[in-house]
Formats: sequence, C-alpha cells, structure tokens
Amino acid sequence: MTNSWTDIKNTDLVVIMGGNAAEAHPCGFKWVTEAKATRGAKLVVVDPRFTRSAAVADYYAPIRQGSDIAFLLGVINYCMLNDKVQWEYVKAFTNAAYLVKDGFTYQEGLFTGYDEQKRDYNRSTWDYQIGADGYAMVDDTLQNPRCVWNLLKEHVALYTPDMVSRITGTPKDKFLKVCEMIAETSSPTKTMTSMYALGWTQHSKGSQNIRCMAMLQLILGNIGVRGGGMNALRGHSNIQGLTDIGLMSNLIPGYMSLPTEREPDFATYMSTRGFKPLRPNQMSYWQNYKKFFVSFQKAMWGAAATPENNFAYDYLPKLDVPAYDILRAFELMNQGKMNAYVCQGFNPLQAFPNKAKLASALSKLKLLVIMDPLETETARFWENHGIYNDVDPTKIQTEVIQLPTTCFAEDEGGLVNSGRWMQWHWPAGSPPGEAKTDVWIMSQIHLRLKDLYRKEGGANPDPILNLTWNYKDTHEPTAAELAKEMNGYVLTDVADPNDPTKKLLEAGKQVATFGVLRDDGSTACGNWIYSGSYTEAGNMMARRDNSDPDDTGAFLKWSFAWPANRRIIYNRASADINGKPWDETRKLLWWDGAKWTGYDVPDIAPTAKPQDVGPFIMNPEGVSRLFARGMMRDGPFPVHYEPFESPVANVIAPKIRGNPVARVFKDDFTQFAEVASKEFPYAATSYRLTEHFHYWTKNNQVNAVLQPEFFVEISEQLAKEKGISNAGWAKVSSKRGSVLAKVYVTKRIRPLTVDGKTVHIVGIPIHWGFVGAARKGFTANVLTPFVGDANIETPEFKAFCVNIEPTTGPVA
Amino acid sequence: MFPPAPNPPITPVPERFGDKDLIRRSASTITPASPRQTEVAKLIDVSKCIGCKACQAACLEWNNLHEEVGTFNGSYTNPPDLTANSLTLMRFTEWVNPQTDNLEWLIRKDGCMHCEDPGCLKACPAPGAIVQYSNGIVDFIHDACIGCGYCVKGCPFNIPRISKVDNKAYKCTLCSDRVAVGQWPACAKACPTQAIAFGTKDEMKKWADGRITDLKSRGYQNAGLYDPPGVGGTHVMYVLQHADQPEIYAGLPKNPTISPIVELWKGATKYFGFAVIGFAAVAGVFHHMVAGPNKVSAEDEENAEKLAGGERS
Amino acid sequence: MSMPDDIQPGDAVHKGHPVIVNRYTLAARINHWVTAISLILLAISGMALFSPKLFFLTALFGGGQATRAIHPWIGVVLFFSFMGLFLRFWKANLWKSEDGTWLRRIRDVIAGHEERLPELGKYNAGQKFVFWGMSALIVILISSGIVVWDQYFYPFTTIPQKRVAILVHALAAIGIICVWIVHVYAAIWVRGTMSAMTKGQVTGGWAWRHHRKWLRELVVRRSRGTPAE
Repeated sequence: MTNSWTDIKNTDLVVIMGGNAAEAHPCGFKWVTEAKATRGAKLVVVDPRFTRSAAVADYYAPIRQGSDIAFLLGVINYCMLNDKVQWEYVKAFTNAAYLVKDGFTYQEGLFTGYDEQKRDYNRSTWDYQIGADGYAMVDDTLQNPRCVWNLLKEHVALYTPDMVSRITGTPKDKFLKVCEMIAETSSPTKTMTSMYALGWTQHSKGSQNIRCMAMLQLILGNIGVRGGGMNALRGHSNIQGLTDIGLMSNLIPGYMSLPTEREPDFATYMSTRGFKPLRPNQMSYWQNYKKFFVSFQKAMWGAAATPENNFAYDYLPKLDVPAYDILRAFELMNQGKMNAYVCQGFNPLQAFPNKAKLASALSKLKLLVIMDPLETETARFWENHGIYNDVDPTKIQTEVIQLPTTCFAEDEGGLVNSGRWMQWHWPAGSPPGEAKTDVWIMSQIHLRLKDLYRKEGGANPDPILNLTWNYKDTHEPTAAELAKEMNGYVLTDVADPNDPTKKLLEAGKQVATFGVLRDDGSTACGNWIYSGSYTEAGNMMARRDNSDPDDTGAFLKWSFAWPANRRIIYNRASADINGKPWDETRKLLWWDGAKWTGYDVPDIAPTAKPQDVGPFIMNPEGVSRLFARGMMRDGPFPVHYEPFESPVANVIAPKIRGNPVARVFKDDFTQFAEVASKEFPYAATSYRLTEHFHYWTKNNQVNAVLQPEFFVEISEQLAKEKGISNAGWAKVSSKRGSVLAKVYVTKRIRPLTVDGKTVHIVGIPIHWGFVGAARKGFTANVLTPFVGDANIETPEFKAFCVNIEPTTGPVA
Repeated sequence: MFPPAPNPPITPVPERFGDKDLIRRSASTITPASPRQTEVAKLIDVSKCIGCKACQAACLEWNNLHEEVGTFNGSYTNPPDLTANSLTLMRFTEWVNPQTDNLEWLIRKDGCMHCEDPGCLKACPAPGAIVQYSNGIVDFIHDACIGCGYCVKGCPFNIPRISKVDNKAYKCTLCSDRVAVGQWPACAKACPTQAIAFGTKDEMKKWADGRITDLKSRGYQNAGLYDPPGVGGTHVMYVLQHADQPEIYAGLPKNPTISPIVELWKGATKYFGFAVIGFAAVAGVFHHMVAGPNKVSAEDEENAEKLAGGERS
Repeated sequence: MSMPDDIQPGDAVHKGHPVIVNRYTLAARINHWVTAISLILLAISGMALFSPKLFFLTALFGGGQATRAIHPWIGVVLFFSFMGLFLRFWKANLWKSEDGTWLRRIRDVIAGHEERLPELGKYNAGQKFVFWGMSALIVILISSGIVVWDQYFYPFTTIPQKRVAILVHALAAIGIICVWIVHVYAAIWVRGTMSAMTKGQVTGGWAWRHHRKWLRELVVRRSRGTPAE
C-alpha cells in the first residue's frame, strides 16, 4: 500500500478491481464502510463475479477475467479525451513531459526490440532522450510528439468504449458509468483509492494490471494524497514482511537485489546501481544503495566483511537465471535437477498451479522438509486419499520430514501489514506438543551446518562460519534480538566532522534512522527500510498509542510504518508545486515557508524547497512514471494481452498469444488449451472465500462449518445449457486435470458478450484439500496453468479455460 | 463510527442485571421490576454487512458450541438453517430488483429478535424457563426448560431450536452474560464493519436514522428501520435497504405478531377448557344430588330371575 | 343364524339369585383399565403442560423434561390400547332405532325414569356417544399429537401447521376429559355398573333395568344352546 488501511476512510471513491476486499480483507474493509458512512464515499466494484464486495457497492460492473488492462486503458483514454486530468499534478509530478527516444515504437501488441526466440525485448530504446547536461529532456508544454503524454495518448486511443466493451464483455453503458465516477476524482479536491489484490497479480501480466491503475491514479492526481493511493491488500498478515525482508530468490532485504553471474565483483555490481539523478536537485534515494548494501553485509558477517574483501561481496551467491522462483523450482524438481526442498510455512501442492506436475516433481525429490504448524497436503503428497490424491505411495521414494512449528499466536515478533505498519505481537498461548519456533529450528540447522563445516571443511565454508551469530542463546535468538539487528546498529564510533570532540554515532547504539547508515563499515543494518523500528528509544513496533490528531487516520504513534514511520508514501505530492495542499479539508503536508510540516513524516528532506525536489524520491527523475522506461520486461506502457488460455483471440493483436514475454517452460506450452478451444470453452477463475484463509482454516472446525465443502459457481444460463442443477455435481476439466465439485448455480455470475461471442464464466474457490476438518475436496490448482507473470512469476490463477459437465457425485 | 465495543475490564465487575430485573417470567405471575432498566438493542445494518460470518464464528466460540460440518447446499448460507448450536446465521438471498434489473445480494444475520412481547415466553409452559429482563433481553433458562418446543410455536420469527442432545430449547441470548458486565454481544464485538452495533435502544434508533439518511441518498428510497410494532418492537433491529418489503430478506416477516392461534391456545382455550371441564364435573355432582343414585330395584332382580328362570335349558 | 351385534364373546347369563350376567371378559377389563390409566396419566401430564397453574403435576412424572418425554409415549399406549377396545366393542356400539327413542326421552334418562325408556341392547345411546366420542377424539389427539411431537416428527410439518395442531390437541383433550367425566359419572350414578369393569359381571336386575334387550338376547341364546364361554 502507498497509504494505510486507516487512511481509506478519507476517500471519496473506492474502486475494488482485481480484488475482493470485503471477502478477502473483511477487517480492513471496515475503513471502506467508514468512508461510505461518514464521507458519503462511493464504492465501485469491477469483477467477473458479483462478490460480497459488490453486495455492498454503489455500482457494480462485470468484466471478463484477464481483460483489466483493456478496461483501465479505456478509462485513461476516457479521462484524456474528456479532459478529466489533474493537470497541475501530471505536469509537476509525473514524467508526462519527458521526451522518449526516437527508436521507441509500439505496433500490433509489441514494442520495439522484441525477440520471439528469447521471448524477451531488447529494451535499449525504452528510455528518455538525454540532453547535453546529462539530464532527461522535457517539454513542459507537452507539445512535442515524443513526450510521454503524447505517446500515451496515442497508445490508449485504441481503447475506445466500444473496443473496451468488445474485449472485456463489460456492457458499454456500465463501462462509461464507471469512467464517469472515476473521472470525477481528477478534481484536486476529490480522491479515489484503488484496492486490489491477487485478482490483479495472478495473471501473466499481473504487474502491468497494477501499473495501469497506478498510471490512472497519477493522471487523476490521487497518489500521495489522503484517501488515494495504490493499495495492495496483502493476503497474509506478514506477506508484506516477506517481501520486505527479501524472501525472494533474487532479493536481499530492503528490496536490494542479489548479484547475478554477470556481476562477479562488487565494482561491477555497483556500477549499475549508481542511480544518478535524471533531473536537477532530485534526491534519487537509491544513490544511498551502497550504504544500505554495506550495512547489510556488516550485519551478516560483521568483522569478516571488510573494505579489503569488498565487505564479503563474494559470500553472496550469484544468480545464473533471473530468479529461482517457485515455478522454476518445481520445473527443476520435475527435471530431477533439484533434490531437496525445505517448505517453511508453505503448502505448494495446493498453492501453485498444475497439481499433477507439482506432485510429480515432489515425487522426484530425495528429501522434503516441512516446517508448519498444521498438517499440509504437501507433507502428505505421497499418501493416497482416493480420488482427491490418487497416488501410489509404493512408487514414491521421497523422504519427508515434518517439523511442527508454532503459529503466530504462539510466539513473539513483528508482522508487517499491507499498510507497511510493523506491529509487534506477543504470544497468546503456548505451542502444543513438540512444536518449536521457526527461529529455533533454523538455528539448529545453522549451528549443525556450522559445526560440520568446521569439522569437515567444504567448498565455501566462510559464509556459514563467519555468519554473525551474537545472540544470548545461540540456539534460539529472541525476536527482539533479530528486530534490533534488522533496525541496525553502530559498529564503530563516528566523529562529527564539524566538531571532532563530538560523536555523530556511538558504537553499540541502535541507529535511529537509515539516514545515518554508512558505506565504510561503521554501521550494520539487516534491513535498511526497517531502520527506526527498534531504536535506542525502544521497540517502536510495540507502540500502542492510538491518538490521531485531527482524525487524519495517520496514527503516527501506533506501531511503526516503514520507511521512517511514513504513513502515506509520496506524501509530498499531497501539496501543489508550491507546497500548498490540493485540498485544505484533507491536507497532509504543507510548506510553511521554511520547512515541510503536517500530519505525516515527509518523504523529502524537511527543508527541501517545494519547487526543487520531486516527491517520488526513489526515482532518479523525482517524478512518477507514466512511461516505465525499461523497468518492466513487458513494456513501458501496459498492453492488453489475453491470458494464455482464452476463450477469444486477442482483438487488438490476434497473432499474440498470452503475454509475449512471459516465461513458459517447454512442456507446459503443450498443456495449454488452444485459443477459443472447443474442448475447454469456458473462462474460469479461481478465488478465495471469506470463510476461509487459503488452506489453513479448513483445519479449523468452526471455519469448516461455515464453508464445509468444495463447490464451483456458474450462471443460471450455463446451468440450463448444460443441464446442471443447483447443488448438483459436475466435472470440471482443463487440459491439465479434472475435479468433481458441487455446483452453485447463481445469479451472481452472468455470461458476457466478448467480441460478439457469449463467454460463460466458471468460478472455482480454492480452499479444500485432502487434510483438515472440512470435507475432502479437490483444489483449483488441479486445473490451473503453469505460467506466471512476466516480471515476477506470480502464477496465472485468475484466468484459464475449462469445460464443465454434469455428473453424479463421487463414489463413497 | 459508532463508539466501538469496549474491551473487557481486567477486574471483575458486578452484574448489571439479574433475577431482580425480570419483567416477564414464563408460566409465572410476577411483579415486573420497576423502574425498568434502560432498554438495550442490537442494530444489524444489512447495508453494511459483508456476509463474512465472523458473527457466526464468534457466537459458536463465545458460547462454546459445536456445530457439525455440513455439506454445500447450493447457497452460501451455512449451515442451511439455525440449529441448537448455530444461534445466529447469515442468510444469503440473490434478489433481482425489478425496478433496476440489478442483482442485489441480500445478506441478513438471522437470530432471536428479542421481542418486547415475546411469543416464545407466552407459549412456554415451564415456569421460569423463559425470562425477560427489564432491559429487554429475552433469555432461556435451560435448567427450567422441559424441551416441549412450545416456544418454537410461539415465536413469530422461527428462531428457537430444540437440541437433540439435551432436549432443551436454544436461541440467541443477546449474550446476556456479556451485556451484564458491560460488554457487547460476541457477534457485535466480532463484526469488522460495525454492521452489528449495540447500545441502548434509543441510541440504536438514532444511529439507524443516520444510516437510513445515507441509504436514501444512495437511491434506496424505501430504506428504513425494522422494529416491528406487532410484537411491541424488538431489541434486535435491522436497517434494511428495502424496508417496505422485508420478506425479500430470506423471509423476514412483514408484520410479525404472535400467531392468533397461539394467542387462542394460550388464552381463551385455557379458560374455556377449565370452564367446560369444571361445568361437567359440577353438573355431575349436582345431578347426583337432585336425581339421586340410579339403583336397581328388587323388582328388577325378580324380573331378571323370572326371565332367566323361565327359560330352562 | 347370525348373532345380534351387541352380544360379544364372553357375554352370558347365569341363573341364580340374583341372576348373574357376564358383561366383560378379563381381557376386556384389562384392556379397559390400561386405557383408563393411560387416559388419566395423559390428562394429568397434559394439563400440567397446558396450564402453568398445574405445572406442579409434572413432579408426579419426575419433572418437566420427563413429563414432556413420557406424555406422547403414554399417548401411543392409549392409542393402541383403545384400538383394542374399539375392535372389541365397535359392533355393539352401532346405532339402533331404539337409540333415537332413548335420546328423545333424554329427560327421563336424566331423571332416572328407566321405565319410560325403550328396551336397550348392551349399550345405550349415551354409552355409544362416549364410545364414538372417545374414538374420534383419540384419533384427533394422536394425529395432532404426532404433529407436535417434535422429538421425532419436527421436520414433517410447518410451524403454522404445528400451531393449529397444538390448539386442536388442547381442544380435543378438553373434549375427551369431558367425555371421560360423563363416562365416570354415569358409572357412579348408575349403581351396579362398576362391577362390570371390576368383576366383569352385573346382576340380572341391572341388566333388566338398563339393557333389557341385551338380557333377553342372552337368555334366548342360552336356551338355544349356543356356547357362551
């Protein structure tokens, strides 16, 4: 989230698209009801299904899954054509005026530089024209045909209301009504918040779905303001923490990247991470990359990370591929190239696509270690559960070790919510049986490995042997110790350059902010964005002061929000170029003539003059990007691409299948249904229900009662066509497998007309499996395709094709 | 936002109401508590409800009830009906508004309405099995319940359920145990959107007014409060988008009253019955006094002997 | 040659002083008393559940829960027991022409002027009224009772149907209690009747006075040598 849950109460319009906040985030949704009740805010829901969010919406428009970009580019087109643009904002805070290199073009679904063999672009032309002064060239009049604004205008012109309706199936009048409601928020005194989740991410173009809405929000001037923002609703209480702490195969904490093979030494690594400002005066905060990186290395290896050894740069693994994401891991497993797998709080047999492939991959492992508080399907993948897991245990040789862990309510620590609030929690109960904390288990593994390396040596023992391990109880570091390490601390005294008698930093003290981190090895910091969360003043995450001056929703004294306790990022954009709030009734920060003041912690230096420094401090431009340069693999502007399995060909680029740069493993292509397949004619989507949390709560009796059994949802029209009755049984099949399910024949799903053709939608909730308190059932991932987003490999769970036929129930 | 539910105090607090505060007690004649406590009410704002069923879960957990894992029945309503364990239930109705042709998914939290004039209490034959406190809460006292199911017949809302385990009647207690110590009912405490609020009945009515104004501004011209006068008003009220047709909300009765048949059964029939029985008994005694016993005379015996004797075998 | 409807197995006349007439067999008497006790228990338990004032009577059955549980089962006993009586007695309770006359002279009946009444078979119209009244009310009670026997039959009817059923049940119960009062009172008022249901016998004089036609039929049958027992 750019903003926070509590800030949603400040909005005028909530758009829920690519998510289902009421169902999947019921607790946070209270702020939507709050905005509606106290501000008269409106709620718009755009979804293939009439969800529980739609049930409380002011306006609902149906859309075919996987066509969100066409819809949103259509809205952008509408705003541009109807002058519903927050012009001052666009001119001051976006790259609309920046000139793009001449070589850059777009044609029939592709940008310049596409290589069909590699399924990748040469992105060299996707950039600004750089002037003689070394800065990007701009045309503040927006007259230059090569400026971003004009290129965007040209790019979206195709997405007329008729075209949008033709692609998305959204009736034109409904699309226009949504446009109208959204466009109203281009007023500086109106804001809109976008609440989205997996409905946008789980597509082969998930990142672009989100980018598209971000662009719209920028055009409307809704980023950095109260009640605005791009608000990703995280599905797990600490999934934000997972990405923050770098639990991705290609990241290290604080969104820094792991080196690749092409960066064998530190100098090469740093050469592409200079982040020189692209416009004068800009902060380009990543210029501090080296400080954060060196401090991270010092936190990891302490005294072993020296200037001489480039702060132990060589200890870091170097990626030979862009990422060892989960899809790749299972592909490698299935090829017999990955032999051991540790599943820590993870149930991939349910959570990743194409269950048959996953099961086959797990069966080829030598060792599978499960760390989980619950029994999981993955841990039992080898066990025969009739039709629900039809495997032959005698044919599976994988050794499975289950290590029971504590759950969040049984241990202490911090959780990072969607709004980046780091909230400390305390144990509410004792762990059952032999359950141990994950920290204890990981410590044991580490200590034993260290011991083995010490005794037996090995190819590269140093990273293990030299790992900082200064905990009071080496067998179980406390949550506070780890939190302090992540906050960062001073290793050696740093004298004040102005007054050498004074110490700027004192060894042994916690750092107060990432602003003091240094690249000379005098500071250590496990995760720079968490700096300030556990300072000399104590554990800031444990703060529980819910005072909120003037009811702004900021709650600055409640827990700690990274970065720097900032509640709304890009908050400098809440005021105009002179520092005057866009909306006096909803002001957040303002320039008082000498400094920035207000209700939040400003992004930019408190004394940075408003006309000089842009709000988007992480970008070298200082402004936000309507044109993403080469930062996205699949284009600087979003393009409508069909899902890999689609009931219709791509109307705007019929030759292009799926996202042209999404990675597809060879064998998986053969497991996709062809476009407009007669065998699998229906557009399916998978999703969550409010009664359950993923595959956890089916272990809980109460949740099992509330939604006991697997079912799929279809329209009355499709039910009639296929002769399926409500609560009757059906077989749903895709090219990858089939499931038996009870059927919910509902008015909440209606067939859509797409490109002149009737498209039926089949909805498939995901929560059941073969272990737990609920009835045994199939999972949606039996059906889903093994392909992910082109940028971050999130699987395409939201749009694929199936067939459905009536059948009798499973044989008991 | 309505002031949120209070957190429980650390130290025990005295109960705010108890046996001394009864205004009605089933099958008993009592002197109603006077003065009455401030009437309380739960307000269920259907327009704010997201159907998350947190109320259902909270109810099961607070009351330590065990519901069976059922099956999918063609709706999100689970279990499909109230049971002796599920004292509250989200009922889902897919309703196409004939005026707009738009689908509306109506989600109503069903459960005891805590009528001011409770039909269950009227029907109950067991002294003290159903009581009404002066704050309006209608509670079942299970020690006194005999499991006859008369409350089921007395209720205009089809709420009480008889347990197959202990043959006693169960329904929402409005968490009288929580309310007695200043807490909100568990469902209201758990509700993430404040679709369920709790307070004095006056506060709730006032709060509802604001909600109805908001709904009207959004085009729900018939938005209104459901506080049916036929049962003297209720201590659980609904804000409905279409208050003119409550029956679309999974059969919420339009003008609920205690059934006239139940009134007849528990009223006139009782007096009539005892009158008739009494009359019959008195008539007998009276007849006996006037007419005396109908005795067989010696002559009758002789006649019989003659008749029998006259026929020798 | 067929037997008159009102002569039943076991009915017989014995010469003597006085004449003794067998009116009810042992089986019939047991059947009657099972029915009678059931009816009384039902009336007590039923009234306990019907009126709060009489709720204390549930103590006789071991409390409210037990009363609620046992009442319908007694009803089942009553139903089958009465069915036995019905099968025994229904023929003797068929309507005869003299019953009309008897009814028309009801004032004489009440005043005890038997001599002004026609000669009657085994049962007079009043007894037949009790018999048919009981039969009809028991059918109504068992049917309405099953509708409100929630423990086993809850799902089969709607609540509005149950409400009607319980009202009908209450009214029928009042009716049957009244019929029972008439029955018991008649047995007390008409002296010599009790022994019919205790010893199974009445005196010849009693039969002569109240059921002369029946007595004559018995005498005639004996003279023909039809085996009586």
